[in-house]
Amino acid sequence: MEEKKISRRKLIVTTLQGIGISFMGGSLWAGFVYEAKSEPLILRPPGALPEDEFIKKCIKCGLCVEGCPYDVLYLAKPGDNKPLGTPYFIPRTNPCRMCEDIPCVPPCPTGALDIKSVSSVKDGKEVLDINKARMGVAVVDHENCIAFWGIQCDACYRACPLMDKAITLEYERNERTGKHAFLKPVVHTDYCTGCGLCEKACVTEKASIFVLPRHIALGKAGKHYVKGWEEKDESKLKSSEGIQTQKTERTHKKAEDYLNEGL
Amino acid sequence: MENVIEHNEEKKGSILHRYKYLFLRRFTQITILVLYIGGNVYSWKILQGNLSSSKIMNVIPMADPYAVLQIFATGSLVAIDTLIGALIVLFFYAVIGGRAFCAWVCPMNMITDLANWIRRKFKLDKDEYHPLTISRNVRYWILAVSFVISAFVMTPAFEMVNPISMLHRGLIFGMGFGWTVVAAVFFFDLFVVKNGWCGHLCPLGAFYSIIGKKSLIRVYHNHDKCTLCMECKAVCPEKPVLHMVGKDGFNSFVNSGACINCGRCIEVCPADALSFKFRLKNPQKEEKNHV
Repeated sequence: MEEKKISRRKLIVTTLQGIGISFMGGSLWAGFVYEAKSEPLILRPPGALPEDEFIKKCIKCGLCVEGCPYDVLYLAKPGDNKPLGTPYFIPRTNPCRMCEDIPCVPPCPTGALDIKSVSSVKDGKEVLDINKARMGVAVVDHENCIAFWGIQCDACYRACPLMDKAITLEYERNERTGKHAFLKPVVHTDYCTGCGLCEKACVTEKASIFVLPRHIALGKAGKHYVKGWEEKDESKLKSSEGIQTQKTERTHKKAEDYLNEGL
Repeated sequence: MENVIEHNEEKKGSILHRYKYLFLRRFTQITILVLYIGGNVYSWKILQGNLSSSKIMNVIPMADPYAVLQIFATGSLVAIDTLIGALIVLFFYAVIGGRAFCAWVCPMNMITDLANWIRRKFKLDKDEYHPLTISRNVRYWILAVSFVISAFVMTPAFEMVNPISMLHRGLIFGMGFGWTVVAAVFFFDLFVVKNGWCGHLCPLGAFYSIIGKKSLIRVYHNHDKCTLCMECKAVCPEKPVLHMVGKDGFNSFVNSGACINCGRCIEVCPADALSFKFRLKNPQKEEKNHV
């Protein structure tokens, strides 16, 4: 009986020791993983789920990397400072060529690259549609883009696979010379896939048009704005109960009283 | 004792025969690695991807069931391809191979075996060196903790720090600083703890220990032939699994899931007391009565 008691006590203490060291090591490990998984500026292959979901599902097999015929994708190595083993690309050195058959997406075994997000329905059939990819969005640095200086350059505009949709050239009179035009590239985020062909084509020393993840580069106006000039947007008002105002009663105190309160 | 020497000399005749399983293991390990590298570099279709998830001939999927469980722990599901792949691998090791992954597939095994070999050659295992001791159960704790962390941080936790995939993925897709982690495992095994990584810490090994416990292919110990030379224990990377040698007075299988089926004990045994056999039933209980 006595012996049994000791061994039970020993079992409990050993278990507690295990829990103690697991907590210690585990919190270090968890802290490391938490830091190591967050790389907000990483650019993922086409069809990638939102980063939070992607990092959960990606099994780091590299089948997307092997699928890419242009060797665009890398698997993050230790030292790349990116979530280990996950695929990414660097547009300035090797942009996505936007293959119509998207060879990188269907091989994904886990669904971290979602075929549905890069498919559209054509004649009742679901077909791959690379134009639906949203890898990121191109952003123009107006200060260093030489087209904004008045020098004629349309390298990015011509490199864009969705020319005149994702990038348009806006003509503007150059007041400085009085006889020339600016041909300014403007990115339209509704169409831009973030392939980075513009970034690769940019002639400035460091690219003045570059791809950023959409959640970094794009703002958000909020749901309460209604574009009165868009029929679709106006439908937001359907359930509205008219203008609601909240009345705040005037204070009965004198200004010098409430301003000096608490002094 | 004479018997032992006789056997030894007889076996020395052919190196291929003496190291049969060692050669076979290195052959499978290297072949698998080469096929994966070819899959990436030359687009060979035989084996594409890596040990986390891959495809054979572009048809049969395979996936690391431990990685898939970590994905589940994050609260995410996987597509059917990975699920089937994980089940195929799980089935193979649970029913047939046991923990054979560690000895026959894992590339880290070659690194830790090298460390272990140097250890033996330079006799680094003496008690007077006060070796650091870690429980072999630590790996099961690490395994459990990896699921907890996966759930909390919502990222497959071991896959972010896994030295095996750093080595394996590194050889296929580019190493980066992964070699430092591999070197760390090597030196840990060489100078700090014998079989430190594979036998004490690796949660993937722990995972296969658990699922492979009931597998068919097992090492069988023939008590009657055993001369108690203990060569097998000297070479075994999971020494406790051979606890029956010199203890139990009857024939038995190596029943511990921790046995990696490397077959080193079979090769070094001068009396042919050990062999691979199919374990359909444990002989233990029936023969216990004879003794």
